[in-house]
Amino acid sequence: MTTGFSEGLRARIDNIFARYPNRRSALLPVLHLVQRERGFIGPDDEILVAGLCGLRPVEVREVLTFYTMFRREPAGRRLLQVCTNLSCAIRGGGRILDHLRRTLGLEPGQTTPDGRFTLVEVECLGACDKGPCLMVGEKLHEGLTLEAVDKLLRESG
Amino acid sequence: MAEKYLTRSFDPAGPRSFKTYADTGGYSGARKALAEMTPAMVMGEVKAAHLRGRGGAGFPAGLKWGFIPQASPAPKYLCVNADEGEPGTFKDRYILAHDPHLLLEGVVIVSYAVGIHKAYVYVRGEYEELARRLEEAISEAVSQGALGENIFGSGFSLNVLVHRGAGAYICGEETALLESLEGYRGQPRLKPPFPASVGLFGNSTVINNVETLANLPGIILHGADWFLGLGKPKDGGTRLYSVSGSVVKPGVYELPTGTSLREIIFTHAGGLAPGRTLKAVIPGGLSSAILLPGEIDVAMDCDSLAAAGSMIGSAGIIVIDDGVSMKTVLDRVTKFYAHESCGQCTPCRVGTSWIRRIVRRMNGGGRRADDLDRIARLAEAMKGRTFCPFGDAAALPVLALIGKFRTELEG
Repeated sequence: MTTGFSEGLRARIDNIFARYPNRRSALLPVLHLVQRERGFIGPDDEILVAGLCGLRPVEVREVLTFYTMFRREPAGRRLLQVCTNLSCAIRGGGRILDHLRRTLGLEPGQTTPDGRFTLVEVECLGACDKGPCLMVGEKLHEGLTLEAVDKLLRESG
Repeated sequence: MAEKYLTRSFDPAGPRSFKTYADTGGYSGARKALAEMTPAMVMGEVKAAHLRGRGGAGFPAGLKWGFIPQASPAPKYLCVNADEGEPGTFKDRYILAHDPHLLLEGVVIVSYAVGIHKAYVYVRGEYEELARRLEEAISEAVSQGALGENIFGSGFSLNVLVHRGAGAYICGEETALLESLEGYRGQPRLKPPFPASVGLFGNSTVINNVETLANLPGIILHGADWFLGLGKPKDGGTRLYSVSGSVVKPGVYELPTGTSLREIIFTHAGGLAPGRTLKAVIPGGLSSAILLPGEIDVAMDCDSLAAAGSMIGSAGIIVIDDGVSMKTVLDRVTKFYAHESCGQCTPCRVGTSWIRRIVRRMNGGGRRADDLDRIARLAEAMKGRTFCPFGDAAALPVLALIGKFRTELEG
């Protein structure tokens, strides 16, 4: 069921509309806001966003499926994004990913049954000098060792 | 002369505030431009400085601005390309993290020169924290009269807004960036028309990289001759070289344009770890052709790298040691392009994913005798046959890897 967006969210969306000459241009920032509030962007959210931006729901869907940061399903409470691009791979990014796979029993894209962690493999995060690196939620962690990863897992979620 | 300009006062503790920036001479380039120079003088100075774009294409910035029709009464836009996504590149992150006002001062200068009153900074989605800090820096600058209405009492006004991407490498391509900013999938536009005539919302638009704009305050304050003196005659200034991979001291190094690749790796980045030897170097981000150890006495500027069969691109230097298998490198490169192809042009959409499937099969033990030739044919078929440079970017590193490491890849 469509439950609508909260007053606070609506107000923030209106602030975003004021930044652009048309509502369509606000689509990415609006989707970011909705995902932050709801955790993901579900079919109902697509319809609500479409209504606010003056678009058809399919136009919202075609945009949100293009960008890897938008999620159409709930993620775990902590999203673990491991960079395995070349610079991080040279410095052990693959070992970090394998360690997380084994420790959490997950393949990239999956969420632990208790809903704590979702594991994702990502492309370059622009922190190649301090690789291997991993984002936990919004926070970037650099120069990781397997011990540091274990510590992060213990302290997260 | 190893003069540093861009990084001269990077604060490792965090971004410099408006006050610390202004107290050390910050915004005096913008003040000078607004108070003492006409827009044409500013543009002339930047043209004379031979400032070439730092995002990847290396196009002269002053020339690019010159394509904007000046007579038209329609609004013009600036888009700052902060969608740093080229693997091995992290210099714009440094500018945003340490000195956002350096960028904002550059934004004021280009906007004044071209007659722009609205600018969007397109920051890659993953740089969420940096985007927030940049918004704080913008608010600070507005409250101090350095942005917004009537900047420094000059009568010139400029509104700067931050727009975040959402995870798509292709949005660093300038027309994909425009599509993304307008709320569409980031699929590049066919050029011409170029953004200078038909850009954001159909209006004339300048698109410049973060590092490119960060050079403007220095050019205006110290002049084109000073800037040229830092670098090469047709490629002025210093550059931020991002060095990563198998070096002792990875990091961002500000050195003159044209510094030798060998010097950057061995003198500045500390060389390789003891016991390791150099196997190859990717000089300009993942999209550039790989170089052998015998090819690194090359000057890091646009023309010298092109002559060496590669490109300076974003100057993201990835150093590869003898412990790294070229099969891993081929795997990583092809995986990236297959994942990031926007899917619009058939040669790229089919080519990148087909190459990817062959590489997966090869690395899984199912190699066939003609695999590398088949990959090379597919790569050749992408080159020059796509709307945007992504097709070339996906083809050239693969062709260089096959050309230079065929024996190892076949083993």
